[in-house]
Amino acid sequence: MDEKRARFEEQVLPHLDAAYRFARWLSRAPADADDVVQEAILRAFRGFDALRGSNVKAWLLAIVRNCHSTALKQQRQRAFVQLPEENDAQDGYAMTATTPDPENASIRRDEQRTLDRLIAALPEEHRTVLMLREIEEMDYRQIAQVTNVPIGTVMSRLARSRAALRARWLQETAGEPRAVP
Amino acid sequence: MQCPESLRVQAYFDAELDAVTAADIERHIEHCAGCRALLQDLEQMRAVLRRDLGYARAAPPLRAKIMRALDQEGAAETPGMALPAGRLQLRERVSQRRPRSFWMGALGGAGGTAIAATLAFLLLVPRVTNPLLDELMSAHVRSLMPAHLIDVVSTDKHTVKPWFAGHTDVSPVVADFEAQGYRLIGGRADYLDHQRSAVVVYQHGAHVINVFSWAGNERALPDNATRSGYHLAFWREGDLDYCAVSDTGWDELMGLVRLLRDTAAGIAATDATATGAAH
Repeated sequence: MDEKRARFEEQVLPHLDAAYRFARWLSRAPADADDVVQEAILRAFRGFDALRGSNVKAWLLAIVRNCHSTALKQQRQRAFVQLPEENDAQDGYAMTATTPDPENASIRRDEQRTLDRLIAALPEEHRTVLMLREIEEMDYRQIAQVTNVPIGTVMSRLARSRAALRARWLQETAGEPRAVP
Repeated sequence: MQCPESLRVQAYFDAELDAVTAADIERHIEHCAGCRALLQDLEQMRAVLRRDLGYARAAPPLRAKIMRALDQEGAAETPGMALPAGRLQLRERVSQRRPRSFWMGALGGAGGTAIAATLAFLLLVPRVTNPLLDELMSAHVRSLMPAHLIDVVSTDKHTVKPWFAGHTDVSPVVADFEAQGYRLIGGRADYLDHQRSAVVVYQHGAHVINVFSWAGNERALPDNATRSGYHLAFWREGDLDYCAVSDTGWDELMGLVRLLRDTAAGIAATDATATGAAH
């Protein structure tokens, strides 16, 4: 309970929610995300002294990604392959807003579910890049740092995931039956 | 057929271009219908994503678990016991990990258990010494649980402010700063410092900001502080004490505080004029 812990709480913990969201985008199962985030925070704390002048959020999310790959490798080694849960209702629910919105809350809920499903269906490396840009508002350089790929790759993945999401969204909404009298 | 400039249009949209290149692209967009449409699509998608996603947050139980794990980590980091960094692995599912066995090994036996219990107690004693800080942080965390955030759901200050009159002991400044990025989403009554305080709830990006207000007494306000990753900013306005709590960054939090203080100052000025420039 010292000065290091205080600094850590001040600089790193404000990004806990971002770390949690990122873990959720990486792994489909909420319980896995919890474990990954906790491990990442502990690792971040242990490595906190080595952090110098880098963007704290990008640094933390890179640790989350590392923890996720380690966990994934260990799961595979245990020959315990978890199939992606396409229609995990709980998953969809948890990823949508928990903040009650005054207007159109119920109208939006369907849209949110569709959006969650479409995003979950994107390949992982596309989904994470898109979310880091649009939700976490990171710039290309920070995204490259977190995902450990060159900036050019960030740009092309971003373009592809945006195009894919848009195409699927249009398909989805066009296929919906209009109100019939 | 996609325009070969589409990647640069995207970079323009993401504010990644220098001024010269940006001007270049702006000229290009003027006479390329495809890129104009692309830009519009990008804007639309961003608006939808930011509106409908991004609010997922670490649940309070997970947050508490992490704080406990950090407590243990801090205990393990006392000199002579530092873990060798670099070969740290996800040894097992974290949720199943048992407390560090060091204490158990070193302090075996019944006496050891008692000492360990005392130690655990010492480690768990909250670091928050000012009870008000503790109360505010708890109220903030509680508000983030489903269905606890808002009693009166409205983006209209003319709905929120009168509601406080009937439900709390104070009448705080209520204003919407949507243009500045702080959206008023409602209000709540909370029991705080032995009175019914008013809480104005704002949303900033993916973050919720609770602005507590209660009738101040002569007691000095605590300094701005950070507890468990939440920032708490205090100020006094007239006879009311305010505290804004959020896990957003300090800059963002202080931005709202400034807006609220400016608004309060504006109201005071208007009141002075209205009562007929007595001075």
